[in-house]
Amino acid sequence: MINDMNPRDIVGEFQETVLNLYGGMQRKVFYTGIETPYPDGKLIVSTTDPTGIITHVNQAFIDMSGYTEEELIGAPHSILRHPDMPSAAFKDLWDTVKKGEKWQGFVKNLRKDGGYYWVKATVVPNIRKGVVVGYTSVRRKPSRTKVEECMKLYPTLF
Amino acid sequence: MSFLFTVSPDFTPDRLSGWYIFNTWLQKQTGVAIHLEMYSGFNSQREAIRQDEVNLIYVNPYDAAMLVREKGFLPLAKPVGESDEAIIAVSASNPVSDVAELAPGIRLAFTDDPDVKMMGMIMLEPGDLDADNMQSMPCDTYVQVAKHLLRGEADVGIFLAEAYDGVSEMIKKQLKILVRSQISVIHHSLMIGPGLLDKREQFQQCLLGMTEDEKGRGVLESLGFKAWEKVDDEEMEFMIDLMDTLTI
Repeated sequence: MINDMNPRDIVGEFQETVLNLYGGMQRKVFYTGIETPYPDGKLIVSTTDPTGIITHVNQAFIDMSGYTEEELIGAPHSILRHPDMPSAAFKDLWDTVKKGEKWQGFVKNLRKDGGYYWVKATVVPNIRKGVVVGYTSVRRKPSRTKVEECMKLYPTLF
Repeated sequence: MSFLFTVSPDFTPDRLSGWYIFNTWLQKQTGVAIHLEMYSGFNSQREAIRQDEVNLIYVNPYDAAMLVREKGFLPLAKPVGESDEAIIAVSASNPVSDVAELAPGIRLAFTDDPDVKMMGMIMLEPGDLDADNMQSMPCDTYVQVAKHLLRGEADVGIFLAEAYDGVSEMIKKQLKILVRSQISVIHHSLMIGPGLLDKREQFQQCLLGMTEDEKGRGVLESLGFKAWEKVDDEEMEFMIDLMDTLTI
């Protein structure tokens, strides 16, 4: 279950759209053009269950997403999905990790306040006694060159 | 029969005697004969692990995955409040103030501490820098890394944060930190392996109880630790998964 974004949480002028999320869910989102720079030296870490429901977040995740820990735990990871991200990227992510492999890519994430931040994301399956019990996702600061390449590429993938 | 204990070769040199004191204390507490072998480098230590010679190890997080997944080791404990963090530093006279301003072709000084080097390389990525577009200057110690920067022989250095913080104020004044990692969850651990696994609980109890008597506290002091805290299997698996995501 995922709630629509609340226009009262948004900072600055915004646009709205409805996203079709993985798993058949829909979400109304509001987004601005305000970027939050990725903090130097930090990693954003989260884990999910096998269906993508968040089970753990670190402080950097909370700080960068703008949500509280209570709002994040139990929510689908797609709570961060930005309308500028093509669904093909997430299909590739799921197809890769479901094969038990590591996925890496550059992602534009949506904050609770409608702003965004770019990350270099890596997702690995958590395999315990041969069974996938969840996924760990670690985000780090991306290179600006790679981000600029993605800003050109991603609009062509819709 | 004597079991073999070893310590990750990136231990602080000042603590060498501390590890021998710890080993003596551990043998007295557990009644198990343990020989401490300090290897001079990661390669010789990894070879001993490959040959199944090691039974107990204070291990670098980089090697923890191999020990758990290939050699059947399990975690015992980690030092309270200690985590491995890295620093990217340049000479104070270098006009660069951000990693993004560094240009390909720079000379990078680093030691062979695998986790510190990995964290350092990750912090250089935002500047589009990688092993292919930098000149490597491997060093034996962090003091050597600092010296290369001060002499202008290297442009950038990767330091273990603890080692950087420990260098003299005079040297620090001549250096400038560009990035300090704040990862918090990557740490060394004491791990127990085949041959001793049936004593895991006994060893854990001894370690966790070290702060309860004066002798134990003295041994901890000689290692530079406040106390040990238990590491359970899932915490170790979490760190291994995390390290897996960081492998470039």
